[in-house]
Amino acid sequence: MRRMFFSSTSMMKRDFLRKLVWGSALVLGLGASLQALAEDEAPDALIKRISTEVLDAIKADKSMRAGDMNKVIALVDSKILPNLDFQRMTSSSVGPGWRQATPEQQKRLQEEFKTLLVRTYSGALAQVSDQSISMKPLRASAEDKEVVVRSEVKGSGDPIQLDYRLVKTPGQGAGWKIYNINVLGVWLVENYKSQFAAEINAKGIDGLIASLVERNKANANSKK
Amino acid sequence: MMLGRKLQCVAVLAVLLLLQGCATVSRPDPRDPLESVNRTIFGFNDAVDGAVLKPVAKGYRAITPQWLRRGVSNFFNNLEDVWSALNNGLQGRGQAFSDSVGRVLVNSTIGMFGLLDPASELNIERRSADFGQTLGKWGVPPGPYVVLPILGPYTLREVAAIPVDSYEPKYQLGDQDAHLVLPALSLVDIRTKFLGTDDLLGGASLDAYAFQRDGYLQRQRNIQFDGNPPEDDTEP
Repeated sequence: MRRMFFSSTSMMKRDFLRKLVWGSALVLGLGASLQALAEDEAPDALIKRISTEVLDAIKADKSMRAGDMNKVIALVDSKILPNLDFQRMTSSSVGPGWRQATPEQQKRLQEEFKTLLVRTYSGALAQVSDQSISMKPLRASAEDKEVVVRSEVKGSGDPIQLDYRLVKTPGQGAGWKIYNINVLGVWLVENYKSQFAAEINAKGIDGLIASLVERNKANANSKK
Repeated sequence: MMLGRKLQCVAVLAVLLLLQGCATVSRPDPRDPLESVNRTIFGFNDAVDGAVLKPVAKGYRAITPQWLRRGVSNFFNNLEDVWSALNNGLQGRGQAFSDSVGRVLVNSTIGMFGLLDPASELNIERRSADFGQTLGKWGVPPGPYVVLPILGPYTLREVAAIPVDSYEPKYQLGDQDAHLVLPALSLVDIRTKFLGTDDLLGGASLDAYAFQRDGYLQRQRNIQFDGNPPEDDTEP
């Protein structure tokens, strides 16, 4: 009798343990699959999500459309920047000079270029009124590590072509990251190459950094 | 009339070319052999913009209600669509041709002579095209980059197309006096649309001239290849 009782409690214990293991496995599994979902978000789905979120946020906020730049910049910081591969964007724009730059110079280039782009392009973003985004079909296979996502901004007037190059980044913070943007057929990185090369040619890497700093200072003053 | 003025611009350009032909540029771009002249005209255009065009556009925006400005824009867009339809046809772009024709038909009738834009509500897209683009489709190379006084960035091919493009209905409507009024109003209309973004060029670049040139040439190439230009080099 005692023995039976003992064994039944141990059975209950084992049953409980099994449930615990199953339960936690389920929770862990769910978590893992959620994470996989985030990582596996297709590049065009990512672009669609970010664009829609950004457009909706601007449409919903009168102060942004009235030109509250700090708010627009905050929006860009939180929604767009985490999805950019800024190091690649900067290194491509700087070109061959990038490899001659010290890590410290590379870091500063990256920071100043980021400030320049965020400030100026936030200004354009604040012009949004009745526009909406339409995605074009993605031409890519599942193994591709780099893709071009094409979209159009539609409103009154000609549709505005807006394309993105994305790279699949492995490891920490994995997922698709944007490293080049095309507005109306103009790739952003390509449009900085000759200016950056001219600066480096004339005044070296430090000269380019100084010019970027100067430009950012002037922008900060004029926007106030 | 318009034709004559544009030819005058070209003549001015030619004189400036002769005057400045021997100035040197530190890092010549093969697409821009006229860089030193172009930079001079770019500076001139920038000054004219700051002194005349921008203030006029600001004044226009201040004294007119939005519906009126929208009507003016629509009206010019409709006239441009006529020209786009013709050129899309010459380029053999079937969809763009039928879209443009459809827009003109809808907007000129239901849209009250183009003052309204019901075609956009019906999702018939604008597909702008001019004769310079048509020449490109026909295989004429773009030639060197040229900045024209007031008119701004061009390639030599687009300059060559100006005599034909000045037959655009926008420049042909009305009697002798209206010949000047409509293009002027069109210029103000276009300039007003860029009021919100015009500090982008100066603010985003280290060298506004190079930024505009590289952007313009990239865009021309993009139009030539229907939004899908072949990759030539680029990523390191």
